[in-house]
Amino acid sequence: MTDTASPTASDPSAPAAVAMHHDTHDDDHGHASDTLYIQIAIGLAVLTAMEVAWPYVTDGLLDTDGPILMIPLLIVMAIKFVIIAAFFMHLKFDSKVLTRVFYSGLLLAVGVYVAALGTFRIF
Amino acid sequence: MTDLSLSKGDADAAALEQASEARAAHGAGVAYADGEDHDHTLTNTGISNPKLAMWVFLGSECLLFGGLISTFLLYKRNNLAGGPTPQELYDIELTSISSFVLLMSSLTMVLAVSAIQRGEHQRLRLWLVTTAILGAVFISGQVYEFQVFVKEGMGFTTNSASSAFFALTGFHGVHVTLGIVMLLSAVMMSLRGRIPQARAEAVEIVGLYWHFVDVVWVLIFTIVYLIP
Repeated sequence: MTDTASPTASDPSAPAAVAMHHDTHDDDHGHASDTLYIQIAIGLAVLTAMEVAWPYVTDGLLDTDGPILMIPLLIVMAIKFVIIAAFFMHLKFDSKVLTRVFYSGLLLAVGVYVAALGTFRIF
Repeated sequence: MTDLSLSKGDADAAALEQASEARAAHGAGVAYADGEDHDHTLTNTGISNPKLAMWVFLGSECLLFGGLISTFLLYKRNNLAGGPTPQELYDIELTSISSFVLLMSSLTMVLAVSAIQRGEHQRLRLWLVTTAILGAVFISGQVYEFQVFVKEGMGFTTNSASSAFFALTGFHGVHVTLGIVMLLSAVMMSLRGRIPQARAEAVEIVGLYWHFVDVVWVLIFTIVYLIP
């Protein structure tokens, strides 16, 4: 990493890094309580149980070929993903830069799938 | 965390000397005139180098798993070479238990991070070891699943679907195994007193990797196992 300018006593204007350092440190300790983490984990376990039960619940009741089965599962999957990233990975409390970095990678991954699917189906 | 406010006013030779010592200790980044030993160097984003590097790495890992999941989705019904497809052999009950175990390991990991942030070293080690055990249980389930599949006649090279399945879940398994190694390394470092409260971020970075492994399994479990 490049060296940044050292703030000195004669330089009252702190660089952006220092100001942001304050923010990130405040954020670092703005993490949720253990009780909330446990509640989140219980919630995730319940969502997982719902996911597993869904095909059995809908079996015979609905025409489960395709979207009726798939869409609720994908929605629950997305909810679980966001909850883990936001709370367990602390994205909710950390700098927005990290959120952008992570979700950019995810977006590219979706792009990879779309490109591969396009290649298979079109070409 | 210590107060990071910069000293204002006239230059003080002693303060400047302290600042340069702090800078030397960091090797890079911002040196603070208070001379405090801050536990990490900063990028110009205000985020420490190791943490930002881990997030960039995880962003790139999304691409790796994106490629593997895409490949599986495109080949999951392809058994032109013969043999069963993975869908015919899944044991959803076993995989559900494995998923639950991995989900709970994320909880124990986040509790480990909380413990070190409070300076509770015994609890840190307890939660890290618990996380490693839960990870090992998950891997055991995967090894069992793989050997059942092989017994049923679906090996890595049986057909395109099986190759895609084993590549995806195998890569994830390797990631979990590396995570366990990282966790046990953190336990050893903690026992040697090399993870003081001021370096809690080191545990948080291991935690980020572990949660990522968990979050990828959330995708795999739904996309690969639950959606027919």
